[in-house]
Amino acid sequence: MQQYTLNHLEELESEAIYVLREVFAQFERPVILFSGGKDSILVSHLARKAFYPAKIPFQFLHIDTGHNFPETIAFRDKLIKELGVNLIVGSVQDSIQEGRVLEEKGLNASRNILQTTTLLDTIEKFEIDCAIGGGRRDEEKSRAKERFFSHRDEFGQWDPKNQRPELWNIFNGRKQMGEHFRVFPISNWTEMDVWQYIMEEKIEIPSLYFSHHREVVERHGTFLPHSEFLNLKDGEKIVKKQIRFRTLGDITITGGVESSAATLEEIVAEVAATRVTERGDRADDKRSETAMEDRKKEGYF
Amino acid sequence: MTKTANTELLRFTTAGSVDDGKSTLIGRLLYDSKSIFEDQLESVRNTSVQRGLDHIELGLLTDGLKDEREQGITIDVAYRYFATPRRKFIIADTPGHTQYTRNMVTGASTANLALILIDARKGVIEQTCRHSIIASLLQIPHLILCVNKMDLVDYSEEVYNRVVSEFRSFASKLDIKDLRFIPISALHGDNVVNKSDNMPWYQGPSLLYNLENIHIGSDENLIDCRFPVQTVIRPNLPEFPDYRAYAGRIDGGIFKPGDQVTILPSGFQTAIKSIDTYDGQVKKAFPTMSVAMQLEDDYDVSRGDMIVRTNNQPEPTQDIDFMMCWLHKNPPRPNAKYLVRQTTNEVKGIIKKIHYKMDIHTLHRIEDDLTINMNDILRVKIRTTHPLLIDPYRKNRHTGSLILIDQATNETVAAGMII
Repeated sequence: MQQYTLNHLEELESEAIYVLREVFAQFERPVILFSGGKDSILVSHLARKAFYPAKIPFQFLHIDTGHNFPETIAFRDKLIKELGVNLIVGSVQDSIQEGRVLEEKGLNASRNILQTTTLLDTIEKFEIDCAIGGGRRDEEKSRAKERFFSHRDEFGQWDPKNQRPELWNIFNGRKQMGEHFRVFPISNWTEMDVWQYIMEEKIEIPSLYFSHHREVVERHGTFLPHSEFLNLKDGEKIVKKQIRFRTLGDITITGGVESSAATLEEIVAEVAATRVTERGDRADDKRSETAMEDRKKEGYF
Repeated sequence: MTKTANTELLRFTTAGSVDDGKSTLIGRLLYDSKSIFEDQLESVRNTSVQRGLDHIELGLLTDGLKDEREQGITIDVAYRYFATPRRKFIIADTPGHTQYTRNMVTGASTANLALILIDARKGVIEQTCRHSIIASLLQIPHLILCVNKMDLVDYSEEVYNRVVSEFRSFASKLDIKDLRFIPISALHGDNVVNKSDNMPWYQGPSLLYNLENIHIGSDENLIDCRFPVQTVIRPNLPEFPDYRAYAGRIDGGIFKPGDQVTILPSGFQTAIKSIDTYDGQVKKAFPTMSVAMQLEDDYDVSRGDMIVRTNNQPEPTQDIDFMMCWLHKNPPRPNAKYLVRQTTNEVKGIIKKIHYKMDIHTLHRIEDDLTINMNDILRVKIRTTHPLLIDPYRKNRHTGSLILIDQATNETVAAGMII
């Protein structure tokens, strides 16, 4: 007897494609938020599938903190060219120069929080009515409450206690002028699903995800990459380690883990055995118990 | 896509109050399947200590928002994930109080299975009835009733049998296709992952075995072919000069190239030329695949239209009877017009008649109080400006469901299951 069922990755893929097509149908100026990380690469891949053989009908938006891994930027530019889409870059450096935001000072200074202002300014400037993100519910506890179609008020804020109920697959993207939506097509994917899918689909990802040797500083149990933007604490030493990154963000807050996983198969095996969440190496989430929720309410990714 | 990971996806919903052991049960399923990470456990441990608890409150794992953690209550549906080698699971964890009926309905809307916990000492209570009625109303195909805290009744078969027969007599009024019972102790792990030695009289499998093996392949409607068009794909590229395909997700039945189809509402007849995906053309498309269909003839087809088999069509109708769950804190305004969304269609509609309100603890019809408040479930009739292509919700959960949106606020105010 033939089985008419999808396996879990096919089901998740189909769900994400459905969501991306709903975005196209319900919004006028949607963008894909592209960070160069695996989740936004996955979303781009799914968008390619959703509209094939047509080109992806969305622009891409990168919020550039200026503190990048050079590998990420090179990867971004190559992919944009290959997809034939338009890239908008919102620059945190510009926001600082224009006096819109103040640079953080001190040891753990980062531009993570500053991104929110640049993101919202860019959304307003280009009249973007929907920003598609690679956020997943398994990443972080406040994200577990996120909708597929998540409403943002005219200040770009998220009101987690007053979200629209989302039933079946009927998505309500209606809004007033000046408001916008964040849409998360891979809400239901776990880190494991993402890696398995990348492996099965042979999706190209930045080399940073694979094991490599790098100069790092150990801080809060993770290895922060040495770069011109990192402030060293007394007693901290730069050491060389064989590491890889589980997530990619701003270079000042993205910690690596010691790993020898050099292929996708080895990464999947490593993820299956690991006992710490992938954001456990993100300094931005460690600031407080509700760091993510607080930033999200303000309009963060 | 290649099929190396051949595991199915099961979505289930749980509902419960603070004391019935739901959090403990979910915590155990996540923990035993190694889906809780050390840093998450550490964070929960810290919060538990700060609150002066002498145990690790696993419920904190699902309470994600600041207010929830502070007040120790669950406000909203939380989604949790775990996997075993056989299946991947998505839990929609919903709070159980009356005022959260809307969240329960939301969590139930996409679930294949509902997990309901009963405290063995208390038996069937008001809340059990409410959860079961919602599971039945939302047509969740499978329901597992866990009789929990068996350790507190000396693992007594007699107590278990009494609870089961109590529930069975109540459930006879409901529309539940697949009903199972399991005696468990979430706290001690009896019959959760492994069969318990404490209850040799129980012959059935453990909860996890059930979750891993329940047949979900027939949960979708594979008979009545329904393909609502989401959008049109026209590349306008030199390589694909005349390409035109209709993108959407299969909501019912099995479509094949060559099938005679009718486009609704226009009624034009044609045949399927091909069913396309990025990974190539497929010979069969079934729920819930996202595909793009090319048709043999060029007709004007757009979002909101539905492609169906010519010999099996849904009824276009403007007068729709449905069970409505009111989701918004404000009651409807008199004679308000709403946007009605069903599949990929949107029309305007007005509530014409309220037949009765349902008592969600007893299923009784209330006919002398027809006010509409948040969390109420009522049978109503709406009249729409244009016909919708509907099926009864019992036959198809995709084409039989709708939402109402308030035009003034753009908020989703009601959910409906078409009768």
